[in-house]
Amino acid sequence: MKVSIIQFPGTNCEYDTQYAFEKLGATTEIVWHKETSIAGGTDLVVVAGGFSYGDYLRSGAIARFSPVMQAVEAHAARGGKVLGICNGFQVLTESRLLPGALKRNEHLHFISRHHHLKVVGNENTFLQKLNKGDVVNIPIAHHDGNYYIDPDGLKALYDNDQVLLHYCDSKGNVSNPNGSVDAIAGVCNAAKNVFGLMPHPERAMEAILGSADGKAMLEGFFAS
Amino acid sequence: MKAIVNVFLKQGVLDSQGKAVHHALNSLKFDGVNDVRVGKQIVLDLTAADEASAKAEVTEMCESLLANTVIEDYVIEIVS
Repeated sequence: MKVSIIQFPGTNCEYDTQYAFEKLGATTEIVWHKETSIAGGTDLVVVAGGFSYGDYLRSGAIARFSPVMQAVEAHAARGGKVLGICNGFQVLTESRLLPGALKRNEHLHFISRHHHLKVVGNENTFLQKLNKGDVVNIPIAHHDGNYYIDPDGLKALYDNDQVLLHYCDSKGNVSNPNGSVDAIAGVCNAAKNVFGLMPHPERAMEAILGSADGKAMLEGFFAS
Repeated sequence: MKAIVNVFLKQGVLDSQGKAVHHALNSLKFDGVNDVRVGKQIVLDLTAADEASAKAEVTEMCESLLANTVIEDYVIEIVS
C-alpha cells in the first residue's frame, strides 16, 4: 500500500496523515505541490488538511491550479483512489473531482472539537470496514465546512449512494454543526474512487488522544 | 483598461455573513433594511485593447477561478 500525500503552502495535516497511514502499515511519500507527477505505483493520493494558500479567494480555490493537481486528476481519471480531508475536500470540490461546494460555517465560527458521524454509505473502498448506521467519533476543525449542493445534485448523490457520512450526536441522531445540506460530512464521486470529508480521521488514531475511530475508516483503503 | 468583478452567493444559497450583518444593523436600530448580501469585489487592471476582448477574458477568469459557479454568481463591469 503506497500513499502519496499532497503538500501545498499552508497545508498542516500532512505529517498527521503520514503518521496515520504508516501506523496502518503503508509506505508514504509527501509530495510538494510544484511536482508535476506522483510516484508510480501510488495506490492512494491524500490531499491533506490545512489552509492551502491561506484560504485566499476561497478555500481550495488556488491550490486547485497547483502543478501537482494535474497529476492527481490524471490518477483519479485512471480510477486511482483519492482522499481529500478537510481542506483537501475543499480542493477536490473546487477541482470538480467531487460534487458540491463548501461554504462558510452557518454560524460563522471556526469549529474545533470532536463530533460524531453516522455511516450512510459503506459500499465503497473507504468505509467498507464499517456498517451502515455505525457512529464514529472524529475531530472536526474547520471554518468553511458548510456543504452545499443544489436539490437535483442532492438527489443524485443519494440515488448513486455517494453520501458517506452525516453529522450526528452520540446516539446517531442528526446534529448539524455547520449548516451542511442534510448534515452531510463527506461524499464520494459517482465512480466511487474519489472521497472527501471535512472531519479528520487521521487525528483519531490513538484512544489516549480521544478516539481511535479513524483507524476503521482509513483501513478501508488497505482491503482489496 | 480596468474591470470590476462583483461575486455574490447565488439567490437561494444561504448567505450567513449577510444575515449576521443584517442582524447587527437591526440591533443598531437600522430598521429599514430588507436584506443584506455580502460579496467580494475584485478589481483587475488589464492589458486588453478593447472592451469586448476584456469582457471575454474576464468571463473566462470568473468561470475558472474568480467565482465558484456551484454557489456563486458574478457581475463584470468594464471601466476604462
